[in-house]
Amino acid sequence: MDVFASLSDGFLIALSWENLMFALLGCFLGTIMGALPGLGPSNGVAILIPLAFTLGLAPTPALILLTSVYYGAMYGGRVSSILLNIPGDEPALMTCLDGYPMAQAGRAGEALAISGIASFVGAFIATWGLVFLAPQLVKVALLFGPAEYFALFTLAFATLGGLSSKNQAKSAFAAALGLAFATVGMDDQTGVARFTFGEVHLFDGIDFLVVIVGMFALSEVFIFLEHHKASDLKHVEPIKIGRITPSWAMIKYCTPTMLRATGLGFIAGVLPGAGASLGSFIAYSMEKRLVDKKGTFGKGDPRGVAAPEAGNNAAAGGALVPMLALGVPGSGTTAVLLAVLLAMNITPGPLLFTQNPDVVWGLIAALFIGNVMLLILNIPMVGLFTRVLLIPPRVLMPIVAMISFVGIYGVSGSTFDLMVMVIFGVLGWALRKLDVPLVPVVLGTLLGYAMEVNLRRALTISDGDYGVLVGSPLAIGLWTVAILGFVFPIVFGPMLRARMHAGRATDPKDLTDE
Amino acid sequence: MSDRIFGAIGLAIALIYVWQASTIEESFMSDVIGPKLFPYLIATVMGLASLFFMLRPDEEPVWPGFGKLFEIIMAAVVMLFYAQLLPVLGFVISTIFATAYLSWRLGSTPIMSLVSGVLTAFGIYTVFRLILGLSLARGPLGF
Repeated sequence: MDVFASLSDGFLIALSWENLMFALLGCFLGTIMGALPGLGPSNGVAILIPLAFTLGLAPTPALILLTSVYYGAMYGGRVSSILLNIPGDEPALMTCLDGYPMAQAGRAGEALAISGIASFVGAFIATWGLVFLAPQLVKVALLFGPAEYFALFTLAFATLGGLSSKNQAKSAFAAALGLAFATVGMDDQTGVARFTFGEVHLFDGIDFLVVIVGMFALSEVFIFLEHHKASDLKHVEPIKIGRITPSWAMIKYCTPTMLRATGLGFIAGVLPGAGASLGSFIAYSMEKRLVDKKGTFGKGDPRGVAAPEAGNNAAAGGALVPMLALGVPGSGTTAVLLAVLLAMNITPGPLLFTQNPDVVWGLIAALFIGNVMLLILNIPMVGLFTRVLLIPPRVLMPIVAMISFVGIYGVSGSTFDLMVMVIFGVLGWALRKLDVPLVPVVLGTLLGYAMEVNLRRALTISDGDYGVLVGSPLAIGLWTVAILGFVFPIVFGPMLRARMHAGRATDPKDLTDE
Repeated sequence: MSDRIFGAIGLAIALIYVWQASTIEESFMSDVIGPKLFPYLIATVMGLASLFFMLRPDEEPVWPGFGKLFEIIMAAVVMLFYAQLLPVLGFVISTIFATAYLSWRLGSTPIMSLVSGVLTAFGIYTVFRLILGLSLARGPLGF
């Protein structure tokens, strides 16, 4: 099968000493970033994109470094979920449910180890899924014309809020805002300036790196400034780790759970609008219903740690399928990876597989390697990573801010971009206060150009006939999914969200009688 | 209330955006739909969403008190100054001050924040300039 041939070519690329070093460095940095309070996968990768760019890395090593950071941060995120009951990001919410009770019972080490293994299983199998599914999707994607692409972009925005979205109007507003940022600057097709207000610096448009780093990294600094009194108190309690290697019996005990969770998570990741948080939620509630005969879930059952971790990592792998094959991220976290590709001047999509197979398969091979590395790194070094949690935010957050400045200054060398970044930081803070999601803003900035180009190309081909936008069964199908995906959360969202948060809001003891 | 104000601001932004879009000078070699249609579509979505916020606001977010708000504004001002001073004072000196300020406002004692400012500035300089060879802002002293 040619999939295997391509994959082995990918391994040849990824297994060079240089690339292995980058993978190792990325995994290590990523795990630390994920474990640090206030730095999740998206922020961690966001800060590093401009740095990788300025260091002049070739696309493949840069991609390997940054995807390793991303995977590493997903691994690292569970450390604070389990030890401190603070989820690093939304997918880690479900890990707290059984992870923290285990830590309180002195089994933190076991919980960390089993979640590490579950993450590995989820991500490993999902990467295989990616290997087989992505080329199939590419075949479909080759049928897409400009009109279908425009519909697909709309679909991505409509479903981005996900099934658990709180307020679809706010998601829509955020997406429109991001798209509006993307229209600033010279219009490629006619050469006229748009929304530049005569400012020379804006003629090139707003660099999406400035938007991402400002919104994700700097806004976090402002959030910490607002809450710093509360966050200083959490670090005093000593943490007992206990044994850090799980027994074979426990791994065996959790294996069926991990496999089922992986399947569910992967499907949730591939489908638009589901994403990793739903992946971990479905995996957890499914397992609870299926195997929780004695009502131990929520009280420190290792299977309750394994299920969401496998589900969430499998969903992260699954989300890469539409991102690589169509160039349209299915979830928030993959949006940041799209930014990585675009920063390296690589446009994901079906053509990527035919024109730059070395990048795609090198990346996929790097995912396999990163997974194995993380498993090896995590089990013995978990003690080190837990110590990272002790770094107080008052030292950490200024460093985050300064590294953001260094990265953006390195890319453009202009103080104007730095000022714009600060403004985006404040804007990001305000939007977060108003419960407006930031991911659609960032995704809008990233995709705005391609979305407009496809719209205009479609209408140019049809000579101004708007019927072309719904002119093929494929396009109609995409529009239908987009509309359903936008409306569904309005109807069912409140119910679903109440369930996802019920677990954390209530006392674990009340959780068993669902 | 916050959402209603936010909606009003959003609506204003959408209207300004439409107005700005309508003033785009079309060039003679435009494509069929030109550079204005896409901005109009965006503004429509933005405007409708903003109207929705005004009519059906979410529950009120917890806004920080005046002191905390001032804190955030001051931090932003310091960062803007930092951006301006980078080419003037150079990376190391500006970073010491900016880091020390942020660290102090996040709850370090004044002496500790100065220490963390110095360590952060020299740490980043060592890693990114000396080891990785990235170009940082150079001041009159060369660092």
